[in-house]
Amino acid sequence: MGATHLPATEFDGTGVDDQLEAQAEAVLGDPDVPMVQLLRPDGTLGTDPVFSAYAERLDAGKLRGFYADMAKIRRFDVEATALQRQGQLALWVPLTGQEAAQIGSGRASQPQDYIFPTYREHGVALTRDVDLAELLRQFRGVSNGGWNPKDTNFHLYTLVLAAQTPHAVGYAMGIQRDQKRAAADGTDAARKPKAAVMVYFGDGASSEGDVHESMVFASSFNAPVVFFCQNNHWAISVPTAVQTRIPLSNRAKGYGFPGIRVDGNDVIAVHAVTEWALERAREGKSPVLIEAFTYRVGAHTTADDPTKYRGSDEEAQWRAKDPLERLEKYLRAQGLADDAFFDQVKADGDDLAAYVRRTIHDLGSPDIRTAFANTYAEAHPLVAEELAWFEEYSAGFEPDAGQEAGAGQHETDGATRR
Amino acid sequence: MTTMTIAKAINEGLRATLTNDSRTLLMGEDIGPLGGVYRVTDGLIGEFGADRVVDTPLAESGIIGTAIGLALSGYRPVCEIQFDGFVFPGFNQITTQLAKMHSRSNGNLTVPVVIRIPYGGGIGSIEHHSESPEALFAHTAGLRIITPSNPHDAYWMIQQAVECLDPVIVFEPKRRYWLKGDVDTASPGASADPFKAHVLRAGTDATVVAYGPLVPVALAAAAAAAEDGHSIEVIDLRSISPIDFDTVTASVQKTGRLIVAHEAPTFGGIGGEIAARVSERAFHSLESPVIRVGGFHMPYPVAKVEEDYLPDIDRILEALERALAY
Repeated sequence: MGATHLPATEFDGTGVDDQLEAQAEAVLGDPDVPMVQLLRPDGTLGTDPVFSAYAERLDAGKLRGFYADMAKIRRFDVEATALQRQGQLALWVPLTGQEAAQIGSGRASQPQDYIFPTYREHGVALTRDVDLAELLRQFRGVSNGGWNPKDTNFHLYTLVLAAQTPHAVGYAMGIQRDQKRAAADGTDAARKPKAAVMVYFGDGASSEGDVHESMVFASSFNAPVVFFCQNNHWAISVPTAVQTRIPLSNRAKGYGFPGIRVDGNDVIAVHAVTEWALERAREGKSPVLIEAFTYRVGAHTTADDPTKYRGSDEEAQWRAKDPLERLEKYLRAQGLADDAFFDQVKADGDDLAAYVRRTIHDLGSPDIRTAFANTYAEAHPLVAEELAWFEEYSAGFEPDAGQEAGAGQHETDGATRR
Repeated sequence: MTTMTIAKAINEGLRATLTNDSRTLLMGEDIGPLGGVYRVTDGLIGEFGADRVVDTPLAESGIIGTAIGLALSGYRPVCEIQFDGFVFPGFNQITTQLAKMHSRSNGNLTVPVVIRIPYGGGIGSIEHHSESPEALFAHTAGLRIITPSNPHDAYWMIQQAVECLDPVIVFEPKRRYWLKGDVDTASPGASADPFKAHVLRAGTDATVVAYGPLVPVALAAAAAAAEDGHSIEVIDLRSISPIDFDTVTASVQKTGRLIVAHEAPTFGGIGGEIAARVSERAFHSLESPVIRVGGFHMPYPVAKVEEDYLPDIDRILEALERALAY
């Protein structure tokens, strides 16, 4: 038969030419890709040829606002964790460590932009004026989506990882069409500020096929969308190395749009990079992938135990890069904020915590009738039939129903109704 | 009245909705210059442009997912899935996102996405091109599922699907794409409600419920049974979710016997749901058990044996014989 055998060296890995290996590495890209950093962990401000110009737009009030936002959401995170421990929430998803990535990017968005979060973006929610007590509805089990996205252009949390990424691209395609239609019609809409979409996901979700498909669609249609990936290094217990062998920001190259890695614990750099990306998207220049290099200091959720999969030394390393501490150092060193400011921030955080604690008890208990009502937007005979049965069945448990029917205990009556 | 095929009727229905509602757009693979693998969108890109007749990347999850985003931003996307067996990469988006968005948002958001899926066998094709996955979607609350069996319904149902605020899957009987019939483009007439079943033939001895590709088969079986002296009522279900149980129940109360026919496997299928509901609603009217005629519990078989798999006139007549023997 004379089967053809290729040289064994092609397969066993021995004798691989150094040049080929170098080429392969070049294709993979620099594993230590430089990341944009302006505010260093020691609180000093560096420079960047592109993004320093964006940082210069920030006045003292904005910088103090960033700090106040980050402190507020961290305090909220502590409170929500406590509420879960006290049985007031079914689950909590902590964000501590990721404040700069979320506040910096959220504050770079404009009201006309539309944001699709995953489920840890409480900091972004804060920047979009979502009522943080309302945000807890989902985690208290009273709603699968606690706020109306139309009020804030901040979409509901999506729990199926990456499923929101194509929604974001589709929404951006809608914006694209709105702008074209407005231009063609010559209406007032044409003079409205241009909008973009920003979608959040993590290093774990980056492996989902929906991220790939979304980036293909975004690129093919040049959709005005910014992909904001918070690489917090852990997908529950699995490290980023299992999701990718290259910096996630490098993946953008394969889709044909810019990818940029930013220090996710540097609120100034995150804000600068996101402003740049959103402006670029709004102008229809291209989608952008931002990889915010950060760290989930706490657990994945309150049901998680990080001691089973990572060392405290790693956590300590990242705590040394804390986003709040470095901005505090900078603000103090520059004389932009004093003790009174930081005291006020702390007091505001405590007020927020008290508000959340107070309000959570008022979130009420839902009625399953709302689930019947909201399954379909239009009338549906099966839903109507099942609701009618449920009402009749429930009525059997009314205190006087059993007596009227001449039956004994109403539990028995109810159980035999159907 | 105009005579046209089902494929042409859907084409005209899409043309009408694109003309009447500037927020409608079509998305799918090869639906542009090619006009779709079944040419259902033939000519539309030329009339409405590439922003409204969008040839998408080859990615079903991306098609459904971006359609959801477009719907959230106020558009009315109509997605074409090329073949029934290729819907599954988009299954997650349909069941976890599209079906649940209205409920998740406490009614604040609507996602009026239409998904067109050519379905069913009988075309001698290769694997994944002949399936009937409707029950998988019918089990998911939040979706509506309709299926036309004739050109007039096809013309109106696609437009009614676009107008509906809920997500609608339109299963198109692909082996009937070339079936011709009269279409009244001026008025839907009796087809004004896409979620209502139609009694196509009145009878007194037994009822046959069918939908989509098996409707002509059920009618032919009823005609054959008539030659043997049996009066068979035939119902075109039209809507698979919701199901018009009022029409089905009224018929069974009259005839006392019910056969449900579909190409999909009987196990866990729509026929089982109809049998269960009818046994609850019309138990005392039933003269015989409800009998299901459908596919076997196997992956859709190869084309050379699909005739042994697909319900045909004889399979329905055999079921009728069993029912009438009680």
